[in-house]
Amino acid sequence: MRARVTSLFAALLLAVMLAPGAAAVGAISSPPATAVGSIAVSQGDSAETTSPADGAESTAEPGESEEAAETLRGSIRGPDREPVPGLTITVTQDGTEVGTGTTNDNGQWEVPLPGPGTYSASLDPAELPEGVAPKEEGGEEVTGVIVRPGANQGVIFQLAATGDGEEGSAPAAGGITFLDRFLQLTVEGIKFGAIIAITAVGLSLVFGTTRLINFAHGEFVTFGAVMGYFLSVSPVNLPLIVAAVLAMLLTALLAGVMDLTVFRPMRRKSAGMIQQFIVAIGLALVIRHVLLVFFGSRRRGYDEYNLQTALDFGLFRITPRDLVVTILAFVIMGLVAFMLQRTRIGKAMRAVNDNEDLASASGINVQRVVLTVWVVGGALAGIGGVMFGLTQTVYTNMGFQLLLLMFAAVILGGLGNAYGAMLGALVIGLVSQYSTLWFPSSLQNMWALLVMILVLLFRPQGILGRRERVG
Amino acid sequence: MDLLSILSNSFRGALGPEAAIYALAAVGLNMHFGYTGLLNFGQVGFMLVGAYGTAVPVVAWGLPLWVGILIGIACAIVLALLLGVPTLRLRGDYLAIATIAAAEVLRYIYRSEWAEPLTGGVFGITQFANDFYDLNPYSSRLDLGWLSFSPTALWVMTVGWGATFLACGLVALLIHSPWGRVLRSVREDEQAARSLGKNIFSYKMQSLIIGGVLGALAGSLMAINTQALTPDVFMPILTFYLWTIMILGGASRIMGPVVGAIVFWFLLTFLDSFLRQIIGDGLIGLESSDVGAIRFAAVGLGLMLLMMFRPAGLLGNQKELRLDVR
Repeated sequence: MRARVTSLFAALLLAVMLAPGAAAVGAISSPPATAVGSIAVSQGDSAETTSPADGAESTAEPGESEEAAETLRGSIRGPDREPVPGLTITVTQDGTEVGTGTTNDNGQWEVPLPGPGTYSASLDPAELPEGVAPKEEGGEEVTGVIVRPGANQGVIFQLAATGDGEEGSAPAAGGITFLDRFLQLTVEGIKFGAIIAITAVGLSLVFGTTRLINFAHGEFVTFGAVMGYFLSVSPVNLPLIVAAVLAMLLTALLAGVMDLTVFRPMRRKSAGMIQQFIVAIGLALVIRHVLLVFFGSRRRGYDEYNLQTALDFGLFRITPRDLVVTILAFVIMGLVAFMLQRTRIGKAMRAVNDNEDLASASGINVQRVVLTVWVVGGALAGIGGVMFGLTQTVYTNMGFQLLLLMFAAVILGGLGNAYGAMLGALVIGLVSQYSTLWFPSSLQNMWALLVMILVLLFRPQGILGRRERVG
Repeated sequence: MDLLSILSNSFRGALGPEAAIYALAAVGLNMHFGYTGLLNFGQVGFMLVGAYGTAVPVVAWGLPLWVGILIGIACAIVLALLLGVPTLRLRGDYLAIATIAAAEVLRYIYRSEWAEPLTGGVFGITQFANDFYDLNPYSSRLDLGWLSFSPTALWVMTVGWGATFLACGLVALLIHSPWGRVLRSVREDEQAARSLGKNIFSYKMQSLIIGGVLGALAGSLMAINTQALTPDVFMPILTFYLWTIMILGGASRIMGPVVGAIVFWFLLTFLDSFLRQIIGDGLIGLESSDVGAIRFAAVGLGLMLLMMFRPAGLLGNQKELRLDVR
């Protein structure tokens, strides 16, 4: 009976959260990587692009506001992803022609506007190459484009190859199919998940050994990213790789010092868990806002590796930077697993995780193990922060936003289980990316949190967690 | 540096409308944590639904303000049910994570483009509380020489502090009733309460609803006070403010949140005016835009030190509150 009531409420909860979720925009947003050359996978908000087989081909980049004046712009590509040059785009307002533009060799066009307002843009279907037509009837005209002051508004024309209307006859080279997007998002999801994983391992290890949910762990991530930034720009100007290693060491140092000066004394006084938890929250506030004073509230990127051309692997595309970050994250995960399974300290960590008193009785120095866990967790958070900053941007709230995803990952995998945290993080990364197949990309993190709530409902111990009493 | 103006600012902060609103929300949090032991880190979510429940019906559907306040309360009850059913059976730390995540999800839904017709999205909504100010009985400023309040501030303060003391009285009555004794036994030892045949889930849920409704009322007052509402007012840090207030005053003390709010706002505005003055005098190399960040950092530091060295707060009794996860 009670289970039935629970699942009823679960359904209600989901219904309430999903209904707005389907359309809501503006999430715990981690903007997708804006690497030059990567496919516009983030354009989940134009639902048409998800339809399989048809090549929906014309992307519009929301422009950087280089000039103050308003423009309409876009880039037109055929179903085979080839740019279409030489097309004339006519922009009108209330039936009056405002201006025309012609697509260049990359298929890009831009029309300056007299001011903000509502415009229509149209292309001449007769100019389109043989076998290409607007995807829908009347698709050669896009009406009701609202341009805000100073905006370079993108316009999307949906084009499709004529004659491949029948399902399954889509040529292999034709456009972005559902499968293409799926594969691309899988890659993005694994990349994102791997970064969450290496940061979440530390959170999980600290919980496993001390039963503390370390709220300040997200701030260690921010600290690592910000240190990496300061070390790689003037006046220090170190190469980013060196800066990343130093940032990792500094974060490890910070975490170790925090354990020694704040949490070890509290454990010695056998302070309650809630007490330590709230202290961790206070610590998080202090670190985040001290960083804010020095770093400022602006989002900034690292100087190096920020403009790269994506490598095309046929099934998916990825920038060399993201590829290296992903591989490195997996190598780090492998090293952590090796440490846990094979080294003395790793075995000690697992022993303390299992039963602190027993570990202590068998001669393990529990306090030293806990300190090591903090240092290792800090180092992982630091390098994870640099990676996150590399694939996205550095800002002082990044750690807190990532922390919610880490919580989701850790709870999904099973609190206190390091491998569970890795697995959970990959699932969370994939879920958040796959959601953009159907829903706005700005809501992707909400889906991750919903997965967490579902897990809490039906399997609170997580995927790999031990069946212990959690209620 | 003008010490008198700093002090006058600080007293205005300590007694002003914000302090009353935070005190009311903290009374609700005290119900959750102080008396039931629920780790609610999403109190700001209750304030959010209360504030929007109040403002949206007035602006979007032209209903009177008091109906809006009732709708805000109803929203808080629904939120408490939705939040409580999956998480109240779990250990406290799970509840903490779930509530903070839920409050963030709510904030993003309310600021989304989808909700814009009702909530105004990121731009928010304004001018919905004229009904409230039409009832204002004060016509002139209260002027004590070095401390003065405008008539509107006086009116919000009267209602705010009045509601806070009513809420305190209600909580006192509840806690000293048989129901309240069961609640505290749930906090002290869930298993013991369960072994006596008490449905602890139901008690926790009732506590979550009562505290959530108080939070929603505080949210309504907050919206009324500024007459302007944007979702980004309701950041998670607001919950941490409330926790600091509750712990500073003394959790599981009836007057704890009130004392906590007064002292907290006194210290916070003191720090704020002090920093602005010495920055204005060019005494330290900071900019006035840094004051906000320093203020937050100071709250964090205060929370840490309080919890490490005096977890019972100003009024608290160390034995009453055995801070521990069960």
